[in-house]
Amino acid sequence: MNGAMITLENVVVVRGKKAVLTVDRLDLRKSETLAVIGPNGSGKSTLLLAMALLLHPARGTITFDGQTVPDSGAPLDLRRRVAVVFQTPLLADTTVQKNVAMGLKFRRMSRDEAVARANKWMERLGVHLLRDRQARTLSGGEAQRVSLARALAIEPDVLLLDEPLASLDAPTRAELLEDLERILRESSITAVFVTHDRNEALALGERIAVLIGGNICQIGTPDEVFNTPANEEVASFVGVETMVPGVVESQFEGLSVVRTSGVDVQVVGDYRPGDQVMVLLRPEDVVLSLREGPPPSSSMRNNLPGVITKLSTAGSQYKVVVDCGFPLVSLITKQSRLDMELAPGTPVRASFKASAAHVIRRTERPQGSGCAPPPEEQQSAAKLH
Amino acid sequence: MQLIWEGLKQALALIFSGDPQIMGITLLSLQISLSGTLISLFLGVPVGVWLALYSFPGRRALVSLVNAGMGLPPVVVGLIVSIFLWRSGPFGLLHIIYTPTAMIIAQAVIASPVVAGLTIAAIQQIDPKFRLQVLGLGASSVQSMLQLLREARLPLLAAVMAGFGAVISEVGAATMVGGNILGQTRVLTTAMVLETSKGDFAAAMALGVILLILVYAVNVALTLIQQRRKPQ
Repeated sequence: MNGAMITLENVVVVRGKKAVLTVDRLDLRKSETLAVIGPNGSGKSTLLLAMALLLHPARGTITFDGQTVPDSGAPLDLRRRVAVVFQTPLLADTTVQKNVAMGLKFRRMSRDEAVARANKWMERLGVHLLRDRQARTLSGGEAQRVSLARALAIEPDVLLLDEPLASLDAPTRAELLEDLERILRESSITAVFVTHDRNEALALGERIAVLIGGNICQIGTPDEVFNTPANEEVASFVGVETMVPGVVESQFEGLSVVRTSGVDVQVVGDYRPGDQVMVLLRPEDVVLSLREGPPPSSSMRNNLPGVITKLSTAGSQYKVVVDCGFPLVSLITKQSRLDMELAPGTPVRASFKASAAHVIRRTERPQGSGCAPPPEEQQSAAKLH
Repeated sequence: MQLIWEGLKQALALIFSGDPQIMGITLLSLQISLSGTLISLFLGVPVGVWLALYSFPGRRALVSLVNAGMGLPPVVVGLIVSIFLWRSGPFGLLHIIYTPTAMIIAQAVIASPVVAGLTIAAIQQIDPKFRLQVLGLGASSVQSMLQLLREARLPLLAAVMAGFGAVISEVGAATMVGGNILGQTRVLTTAMVLETSKGDFAAAMALGVILLILVYAVNVALTLIQQRRKPQ
């Protein structure tokens, strides 16, 4: 494992009298791309500003490349090792080239060197032909490319991206995401990419942190976060559509049986009989077949009879809700729907592997409370430098 | 109408004759008003930036005070500055009452709230995240302020025009602290009042025309700077 570029320890950011961000510990490893995902208002941008050393926490310690950031505020030389890109491009009212060279001018780089550096990054982001254009005349996609070139031209140790693609249309977003992925892969830059879009996080993040209610609920590889979510809130955010409460009935040789709404579900794992659990299933792991025929010959240990209650489009696929004693969500292709003539009321069989079901112990928490709701803080508001 | 026509003719004659007395009055007007405006920029812009960017208890009251100051009656400023500079006043020892310096001080007091108020508006119209963005690119506090001022340069030039307009045209404070002494503190506005009170409307009208030309010329210069870039 690489050393940490930025570490947040026991950090609490307070706004008004309310703690809006509570981080027990977060290590941003050198040269990694960390994607931070979470719903709107979960504290993602606040976390980013704290990492950018632009926001002083009410409590806790921020360490940047081994150097503790003093309470009096981050020294300029530390701040200058970071570059931030926001959701809106926030370009200055001047030419594209002068915008890209802005951070270099702040660092008093010689004019010739700054122009050469700006040209290099304008070319890499594909905006070199716009160098003499006034920034305010650019389209949204062009402006965001210029904003990225401006941050990258600094060649910072840490690049912090706050939903840089959120305000772009889908084709522009896809194009820029691809370029961003290439640039981050080719450079050894440490990056944090904040987004509420799961697909963007999957495309860029080597690790993913899930932030809900101002708390980091889970941090791990994309596979860990998406397939073994730490709790119901995370599961819900990463796209787990079926969450069924149940009680462990029995367990034998790594296989447990969970009774859910009168239906037994087999799951992988040694759980104690009597444990209150929640069975989580991703829709793409559930296979549907018509109930008339014999069960498909496969290694799937769960084959639950049910009736389709709802069918709706989900992009290029169909989302099907099957009542198996509990509502179970599956994703199928348009062709499968046509072949099986599926419609609400059709009796079907929903099958999934015991290993596809992820089980978490049930917690008694109000919905939407985050992972560990911070108490109301009686401290001064977070200060912006 | 006859008076206006006579005034215009006399004004042109005065301008083209190069009357040293009129030239002196015109130059002194320009010198005092530009100095007063310049000082008001040094006072009003930092105060405006500070009030626009920082949050502290009493900020709103201060902003209201600045906004009220934009309508400060010059005659009240003249009275207060006179009291301060009067021989027996707190700054009487400086002996600057009835000097151009006193007039510059009074005009700076009049223009500063105008500049500060318009600076607050100019800075606040910029996206609040722009400052964060600039800091996030490694700007120091001073660099970030300068970048904000650069962003707000068009409305800030409007503030300069408004400040200059407020002082070049005022007469109350100029009379009270300057005394309208020929060759020392007589400026276009005070000379106009004098000529009018003497019943020489044509001369007053001529001075008025010169004043208007002066105001127009300064504003043309500032507008040319402001509108350097063509609309796209």
